[in-house]
Amino acid sequence: MDNQANVPQLAGVVGFFSDPHLLLKATAKVRDSSYPHFDAFTPYPVHGMDEAQGLKRSPLPFVTFAAGLTGCTLGFMLQYWTSVIDWPLIVGGKPFNSWPAFVPVMFECTILFAGLGTVGAMFLLNGLPNHKRKAFDPRITRDQFALMIEAPGAVEADRAEGFDERKVAEFLKSLGAKEVKSVYSEGWF
Amino acid sequence: MSTSTEVTTFHPEVLVTGGKTYVDVNNDVSAPLERFPAKAWWVCFIIAVMTFGLGATLAGIMFVNGLGVLGLNQPNGWGIFIVNFVFWVGIGHAGTLISAVLFLFRQKWRTAINRSAEAMTIFAVMTALLFPVIHTGRPWYAAIWLLPYPNQRHLWVNFRSPLLWDVFAVGTYFTISLTFWFVGLIPDLATVRDRAKNSLRKTIYTVLSLGWRGSNKNWSHYESTYMILAGLSTPLVLSVHSVVSFDFATSNLPGWHTTIFPPYFVAGAIFSGFAMVVTLLVIAREVFKLKDYITLNHLEKMNKIIMATGMIVGYAYSCEFFIAWYSGSPFERFAFINRAFGPYWWAYWIMVSCNVFIPQVFWFRKARRSIPIMFVVSLFVNIGMWFERFVIVVTSLHRDFLPSNWKYYVPTWFDWGITLGSFGWFFIWFLLFCRVLPVIAMAEVKGVMNVDEGDGSHGPAPLKEVPAHG
Repeated sequence: MDNQANVPQLAGVVGFFSDPHLLLKATAKVRDSSYPHFDAFTPYPVHGMDEAQGLKRSPLPFVTFAAGLTGCTLGFMLQYWTSVIDWPLIVGGKPFNSWPAFVPVMFECTILFAGLGTVGAMFLLNGLPNHKRKAFDPRITRDQFALMIEAPGAVEADRAEGFDERKVAEFLKSLGAKEVKSVYSEGWF
Repeated sequence: MSTSTEVTTFHPEVLVTGGKTYVDVNNDVSAPLERFPAKAWWVCFIIAVMTFGLGATLAGIMFVNGLGVLGLNQPNGWGIFIVNFVFWVGIGHAGTLISAVLFLFRQKWRTAINRSAEAMTIFAVMTALLFPVIHTGRPWYAAIWLLPYPNQRHLWVNFRSPLLWDVFAVGTYFTISLTFWFVGLIPDLATVRDRAKNSLRKTIYTVLSLGWRGSNKNWSHYESTYMILAGLSTPLVLSVHSVVSFDFATSNLPGWHTTIFPPYFVAGAIFSGFAMVVTLLVIAREVFKLKDYITLNHLEKMNKIIMATGMIVGYAYSCEFFIAWYSGSPFERFAFINRAFGPYWWAYWIMVSCNVFIPQVFWFRKARRSIPIMFVVSLFVNIGMWFERFVIVVTSLHRDFLPSNWKYYVPTWFDWGITLGSFGWFFIWFLLFCRVLPVIAMAEVKGVMNVDEGDGSHGPAPLKEVPAHG
């Protein structure tokens, strides 16, 4: 997409804060402002940031439940099918469907599916892996707390003329950002 | 969001000492990754490789000649290899306990040790898995015949056997532990990527970090995942050693056929695992200069857990004797008297001394906080827990119901050499881990540091303002 124009696409304006408390306050103000697209970037998960950003609770627990249920069912079906239908074999004088003996494998399958399903869904929701992403500032994984107000996307850009780089920068500074810079898209978004 | 703020006056426990800032965390933890390994590392690594080479060579000779080179014979069909399997799986349990159970209990001190403990878990399980496979004598068949897959024999595995439950339990345990560990590594891999100057290093860590950029929208799902994985790993870790104990407990052999085995095995596993964590961390914090992160307070807490789980294990030993007497079964009574006072009395008393008596020194604060004492105790616990499995496996088998079937089991040097080789294998992985991955979870440590300002000019300060909710 970058190749369409030689001018790099403006991805957004990012402000740096040295303190997570300041960032929390600033983020809450941006949430209540007219900029719909923004995100905080932090070296570690900052408590209270989800509320400050107005994020909803992650839907991942539902994925875990569904995946766990699937694993449990498949674990039972595998054992039932092999022991009762495909090759019924009397072992230790027990019934073919000796389900109490199947519980450990069902349990392990539940955990296996639930765990891998959850991580898979987390990757999907977070857009990982994405190796084209470049670190727009290496200090974020070190000690800087950043807040980015994102420019409208390529499609929206034609309609939304209102994104003024300078005004956004001023706004971030008024929120306490000690450093502000514009970020240009490099396969990031 | 309310604008009111209140000043909190509590002073949280200082988990990182030495006035470290976020920048110091990155520098200190990443330093070993970014320099050429020191001589000491190479010496350790070469010793580990040679030890593993010895074990692998002996295993190769064993595959060619058959299992007869081992000390196994009737009635001891199980020997050192099964002891090693249970021992290594047990070692792994402390890692999951630290990463999952302590996380659910909100024990923030775990952040300093969880990465290395989880690494230990993974490598210990990898070591454990070698043994049942080579114990078959034909590992190239065992590796696939253990799994239920459609085959030309039209046969399925026996789902009613605890040995097969083991395949599922240990397999799931390994997969989930590895996943949990990797998820925890992602933010730190991004840190290493962002620090990288060398382009090859940059490329490798860019791929490994999956493009992580610390976005809070990502953190939100990430933290949810982390919590869920901790919640899943907790029952998982309890199930794994329970299932391992079923290998014994579902048999009819006196000394194995007891209901106490699952909790007793799990407690023992945590006990031995924590001892191994202390052994490894005492060395690692010294070599990699991480004393401000893995502090004496951390080690003291681990020593307390070692003592507590040691006493649970001690209780299990005595409870077994009581039940053997109380059951009224002469075979059961004989098995236990024979265990403590029979031909393997020496193994039994090594076990009791190392696991029950020696950890009692941790009643004293001085001992809990003394590096030499805890190092020696942790080594004794490792030895003692190895002997516990030896006692369980060997003494119950060597004298079963018929005296004509009795024999004194003596391992050969193939048994010992391959056992030694397994330590080499474990340490190869652990040493490589120390060189290529951050040994401390940097992102998690930063979250519990209470650094006032992150610009590198301030030391830790008490938490100041917290926005009041509601």
